[in-house]
Amino acid sequence: MTPVWSQLVNLAVAVAFIMALKGLSGPKTARNGNLLGAGGAALATVVVFFANPGMKNLPLIIGAIVVGTLIAFPVARKVKMTAMPQMVALFNGAGGAAAALVSVIEFLSSGHEESKVTLAATVFTVVVGSVSCTGSLVTFLKLQELMTTRPVILPGAKLFTPLVAVAIVVAAVALVVSPATWVLVALLLLSLVMGVLLVMPVGGADVPIVISLLNAFTGLSVAASGYVLDNVLLVVGGTLVGAAGTILTREMAKAMGRPLTNTLFGAFTATAGGGAAGPDDRPVRSSSPDDVAVMLAYARKVIVVPGYGLAVAQAQHTIRELADLLTARGIPVVYAIHPVAGRMPGHMNVLLAEANVPYEQLKEMDEVNPEFPSTDVVLVVGANDVVNPAARTDPAAPIYGMPILDVDAAEQVVFLKRSMRPGFAGIQNELLFDPKTTLLFGDAKDSLTKVVTALKAL
Amino acid sequence: MDPSVALLTIFVLAVFVGFEVISKVTTVLHTPLMSGANAIHGIILVGAILVVGHSDSLVAVVLGVAAIVLATVNMVGGFVVTDRMLEMFKPKRKPQSSSDPGSAPAGPRGADK
Repeated sequence: MTPVWSQLVNLAVAVAFIMALKGLSGPKTARNGNLLGAGGAALATVVVFFANPGMKNLPLIIGAIVVGTLIAFPVARKVKMTAMPQMVALFNGAGGAAAALVSVIEFLSSGHEESKVTLAATVFTVVVGSVSCTGSLVTFLKLQELMTTRPVILPGAKLFTPLVAVAIVVAAVALVVSPATWVLVALLLLSLVMGVLLVMPVGGADVPIVISLLNAFTGLSVAASGYVLDNVLLVVGGTLVGAAGTILTREMAKAMGRPLTNTLFGAFTATAGGGAAGPDDRPVRSSSPDDVAVMLAYARKVIVVPGYGLAVAQAQHTIRELADLLTARGIPVVYAIHPVAGRMPGHMNVLLAEANVPYEQLKEMDEVNPEFPSTDVVLVVGANDVVNPAARTDPAAPIYGMPILDVDAAEQVVFLKRSMRPGFAGIQNELLFDPKTTLLFGDAKDSLTKVVTALKAL
Repeated sequence: MDPSVALLTIFVLAVFVGFEVISKVTTVLHTPLMSGANAIHGIILVGAILVVGHSDSLVAVVLGVAAIVLATVNMVGGFVVTDRMLEMFKPKRKPQSSSDPGSAPAGPRGADK
């Protein structure tokens, strides 16, 4: 039994976590909320050493913490803002793996005498933690574009996935009824496979929602491991994340306009090849930076739609320069921010804030959509799926039902694109072939720089 | 109260707190909030430390050390990444006084280099 003083400290840490989540949900309090959470976690980590005198393997434990910090800190400091979502996915996978391992170890040391309830909690931690681990790894690969971002349905997956699910249930029950190490190992391996099977069929645009869901999974897994270890802080911390993560996942799915089940299993039900992108030879109208500069210079109102391509090209500063030039000419410019612009909800706001774009020029989708019909020129920079009318018109498209920016309502649309390659969701955009659309091919930053130069010369 | 019922009680209450505490969040904060929550479940580090501290078997210690490293990565990386995202939301120094856009600052601390 841990001493009372340390239990009280843990209570304080639990409160810190609650306040942290509360703080993180408001723009003004977010940063302090995060620091409070970090402080709580650090405190809990230090206290565990003093509350449990006589722990074995101390040098190993401290060494492992140092190694973990040395790995995580520099990576977290240096990772590009554009790569944040997949970084979070990796960290989440690490947490899931840790939770699963903790329960496995506890089982190895005393599992055979554990109560049925504890065994059930062990099973839960191992299954959910492992699914979260490999699932997160797959989301990382997808976001990092180390594998295709299109939904992948492995051959036989329709049959195989339910089979693995059944096997997991059987192994789980067997383990609770008669605990044996080999059953636990089988359960662990099956769950690791399950994580891959679950996330593979998810299309690129839906990946952020899945990361959020897996984050909630890891939370619940940590909570269950708290049950196994009889540790209140793990139960509280894990449960908070599990519950808050579930709400957040629902909110994100709502922002994308898709029910969660559709996100996870949509690929299985979608008509084969629906809205698929093949090479498309239809003519498009492409143009030069000079023409675009003229078009912008004589517009009465311009809306910029920034997308992930803008971030990848590091063109945040150049687009701001362009917007400043137009504003100086008396042309109102606003940025239309789709809730999932970039790779995740809110991602684009972070990126533009980094380039010092004034807040008042950032408009959210609901606010800006009525303005498109009265807009002369919409400049779409490295965005595609969030302006794709297929979301409204084509029930077979993977993004069908997602609210989009009504760019097609504007008088003229200029797309800055690297190529005719389809967007993250892997579907073609009809708007590219619309007569009112002009394309400017090239790296977003190069193109914008040329437009800026041309505009200055006008 | 039976200890396992006590834990169950805490669990159920924490579920409700978790639901309530972030019932309304603007989309702008979804990513940082997810990242912050992600860091909080790095608290599994405490569990990992405890199991290694009470283990004798080689297998358990090896697995446990791996768990500690992973949990530390989750916790430290999670909080640092979240802080960097939120750093971008800090109030701007001077709103639109620079008429020369060429002198645009290179972003806070050149974080995204």
